[in-house]
Amino acid sequence: MIFYHFFSNPWAVFALKLAAVFIFFLTAPLVLGYVEHKGLAHMQSRLGPMEAGRFHGWAQLIADGVKFIQKEDIVPDAADRRIFMLAPMIVIIPVSLVFLVIPFGPAAVSCHAPAGTGGCGFWGENFDVGIFFVLAISAISVIGMLMAGWASANKFSLIGAIRGAAQLIAYELPLVLAASAVAMQAGTLSLVGIGDAQKAYWFVFPQIAGFIIFVIASLAELSRPPFDMPIADSEIIFGHMTEYTGIRFGLFLLSEYAGIVSLSAIAVVLYLGAWHGFIVPWIPGPIWTLAKIGALSFLVIWLRATYPRLREDQLQKMAWKYLIPIALVNILLTMIFKVVF
Amino acid sequence: MTQYFWQYGTLGALSLLGVGFVAFAFGANRVMRPRKPRPEKYTTYECGVDPVGEGWSQTQIRYYIFAFLFVIFDVESVFLFPFATVFEKFSRSGLVVTEMIVFVLILAVGLLYAWKKKVLEWL
Repeated sequence: MIFYHFFSNPWAVFALKLAAVFIFFLTAPLVLGYVEHKGLAHMQSRLGPMEAGRFHGWAQLIADGVKFIQKEDIVPDAADRRIFMLAPMIVIIPVSLVFLVIPFGPAAVSCHAPAGTGGCGFWGENFDVGIFFVLAISAISVIGMLMAGWASANKFSLIGAIRGAAQLIAYELPLVLAASAVAMQAGTLSLVGIGDAQKAYWFVFPQIAGFIIFVIASLAELSRPPFDMPIADSEIIFGHMTEYTGIRFGLFLLSEYAGIVSLSAIAVVLYLGAWHGFIVPWIPGPIWTLAKIGALSFLVIWLRATYPRLREDQLQKMAWKYLIPIALVNILLTMIFKVVF
Repeated sequence: MTQYFWQYGTLGALSLLGVGFVAFAFGANRVMRPRKPRPEKYTTYECGVDPVGEGWSQTQIRYYIFAFLFVIFDVESVFLFPFATVFEKFSRSGLVVTEMIVFVLILAVGLLYAWKKKVLEWL
């Protein structure tokens, strides 16, 4: 009865949504960051962090955060001060907004959401244009990257930012085209709708080409290895983040890991059956979603330990000469498939 | 309509929360950080040598043609998304799908032309 009253108050639901989304946005990247520290370390026959928090360095990322907050704030004399200081904010806010629309699963019991609050289930909001919203919002971060690179007044930062923008331009297209093929398959743009549509079979089976394109393009969008040319440390120091220290640098790092979680989550919803499980379907939907997001994020980390960095021209060639044509063919095949069957 | 406002209201509130979070982080940093200025700290870092010339030097932007292509295909995808949600309703005749196939193929021919003209080489 208490729950009934709680969920029938739209303001309470509103506050709960904001809190849940923001807490997930702040904790999931920390967990992933720790897994990357430990996973990469063991892949390279090291131990990784062992001290912080006593048990296998579990508190390493928290300690890092505390350290970042206490560090001196250095803005180079040559830099464009205000733009330089604002850039981390422009990078991190769009990433946090993506978490609002990720559906983790429907509510197990029928909830009593009043009309006008957008149904119920484990998601922030169910936008009608969900997938379109995600693709649009996640592309904003590159503006922050360009701001950081330009305002640093550092040649390497500028090269890094320009590489980043070129990379986004090249890989946004395969990403969007692959996602539109999924929208055709599902017949809706809503992420909850796309999840629902995979009840019978996961879209990774009919859309295997799309899935591979989507994962490659997301890696490039996140500038994760093997596509980390914008921050190639052996060529251009650390790209657009070269001049940053302390908390501003920390926010860039947080947005990178949050980006991995959010794009893995989108890939899970689009291709890997969202909350639909297999073999043991009695495990609740949200746990399935989380497990799949974890598995895909781990793959992203694993690839960092596996592949060397591509060259800039190889990167552009791969997008324009392979991924985009394949994505176009994939769209045509999906249309024909949907009409014939 | 109410639902529309609730949904995008949450979005707006979440962005404000993000701004608040960043402001809090910067504020906490302002309170807790040391300040020991030395001139070397504020020079631009370029390989450990003093930077030569200006940081905002002229850079050859190699990808402006890519940017044109990007705009073309991005607009194409904007058309594809609404089409994707409704085309099944009209797919009996196959006419709608044929039109979309023609549309996609025209743009694909454009990409082929760019390819042939060696625009896609990053030099």
